[in-house]
Amino acid sequence: MRAWGREVLASVLVNSIYEMKNYPVVLLNTVLSPLSFLIVITFVSRGQLIGEAIEGGFIMSMFQSGMSLQGDLSHLKNDFKLQDMVVSSPTTPSAYVAGMALGEIIYSIPALAVLTVLAAIYIQPGTVETLELLGVFLLMFLGSVAMGFTLSTFSSDIVQSFAFSRLISTVFATLPPVYYPITYIPLPFRYAAYLSPTTYAGEIAQSSTGLIQLPATDIFSAWTILLAVTLALFLIAVRKSRWRDV
Amino acid sequence: MPTGTLLCESLTKVYDDSKGKKALDSVSFEVPSHGIFSLIGMNGAGKTTLVRILATQLAPTAGRATINGLDVMSDAKKIREHIACIPQEARTIPWMTPKQTVLSYLLWRGVGYSEAGRRATEALAEIGLEAQVNLLNRRLSGGTKRKALVATVLSSDAEIIFLDEPTTGLDPISRQELWTSLARLAEHRFLILTTHYLEEAERLANFIGVLHHGKLVGLGTLDQLRSTLKYQYSLMVTSDAELPVVREGIVTRARTGQTQILTDESEAYEISKLLLEKGVKFSMSKVSLEDIFFHLVHRTGEAGPE
Repeated sequence: MRAWGREVLASVLVNSIYEMKNYPVVLLNTVLSPLSFLIVITFVSRGQLIGEAIEGGFIMSMFQSGMSLQGDLSHLKNDFKLQDMVVSSPTTPSAYVAGMALGEIIYSIPALAVLTVLAAIYIQPGTVETLELLGVFLLMFLGSVAMGFTLSTFSSDIVQSFAFSRLISTVFATLPPVYYPITYIPLPFRYAAYLSPTTYAGEIAQSSTGLIQLPATDIFSAWTILLAVTLALFLIAVRKSRWRDV
Repeated sequence: MPTGTLLCESLTKVYDDSKGKKALDSVSFEVPSHGIFSLIGMNGAGKTTLVRILATQLAPTAGRATINGLDVMSDAKKIREHIACIPQEARTIPWMTPKQTVLSYLLWRGVGYSEAGRRATEALAEIGLEAQVNLLNRRLSGGTKRKALVATVLSSDAEIIFLDEPTTGLDPISRQELWTSLARLAEHRFLILTTHYLEEAERLANFIGVLHHGKLVGLGTLDQLRSTLKYQYSLMVTSDAELPVVREGIVTRARTGQTQILTDESEAYEISKLLLEKGVKFSMSKVSLEDIFFHLVHRTGEAGPE
């Protein structure tokens, strides 16, 4: 167990702490990325949607953390051959990925801190709502981490990998209604929005804090779908990802 | 891990996107798992593929390989506790320092943080990087970055170390220093070293394997490989010198532009005597690994770049 902890620590240091320490300017990007949408939505809605936008900022941060993992793992694997060095060592894939994923969250701490302050001011969730929100954000993160790791093990080209990472982030975290209620989307497009797990995350978050009203059955099915998607992504990651190349 | 042998049996690798071309073609050999085993061959000969399979990074298409009795496929977890590897195209991460590079690698190997820090400093000092320990990798020269990577495996407890072209990009002095470190390391560990520098293999390796087009075309100690040649001695003479009659051996043009006489020991001494009498400058030595390599590669077909 102690060795596992050290392996995780190594991944955290390499994927976040050392970079943040030696290149502090990179933190600006992680703060600005989720906040930029929040600011736009807040201004356009004249402050009406600030609650939804804050929750959307959280969802996007968590989802992007997982998807950044895909780009970062590919970068370390293909450009530095780090993964080959780690494969030929006692490190387990679970420790390597857990540490790398934790590194992505640490990287997002500045953005999450700003969003937490804004949530405390504008949403003021109670204990149950806070736990509900944390559950949704955690599922978002875990699902995207599983997806990111699986994709990274198949990637052999870093340019393609970063492009793919950005594409998935846009499709799942920017286009679906995470920064605003789904009712703002014209009806025919709502069906497409429901293909993205982030839509369910947005609905649960908005409903738990009273920003939208949904029947209990809808909330239940949203949780079920979110859990099922996360579980499926994890199963795919365990079964299909490659630690050793073929 | 008890010492024993490195064994490959009909090891074959065909990459999915290679249209059936074999990167490794039924490679079989057995060498003792101590000292230095060097793999030489041209670009695309299959050296890196073989190293990646043995280092448990790549699955073979067919055949099997064992290290000290442990199968690289079914016993990979056990093997990984005893091995370390510097891949051919490994690079240091620019936002880290050499010390952070070695320290994090040791953490991955389960070493505690303080111990890892101490060992990182020691390994970097051993390889001559005391002054660069805390500089960002992006500020280091190519050779220094390579040394920092080699320090990672030097600092580990791994008993079997894979080094895929570790001295590429190093200046001659740094290369010599690294050779000294590797020779010292090989006193207690097993090193599997691929290299393009035949001089490096000649100087360091206990066993040498020659790969060509995915096939193993030569294997043995330097003397064993030398014995595959008809002639054991080489005389190098300036190209414009008047040569005595060569009865047993052959006269050829060396890659340096000089005239090379390959012959047996007795004729080599006879010719050298005649050259001395004529005042012709020459050098005489046993045939080098370079001579052996070209002989083995030509014997198995075309030797041009793939």
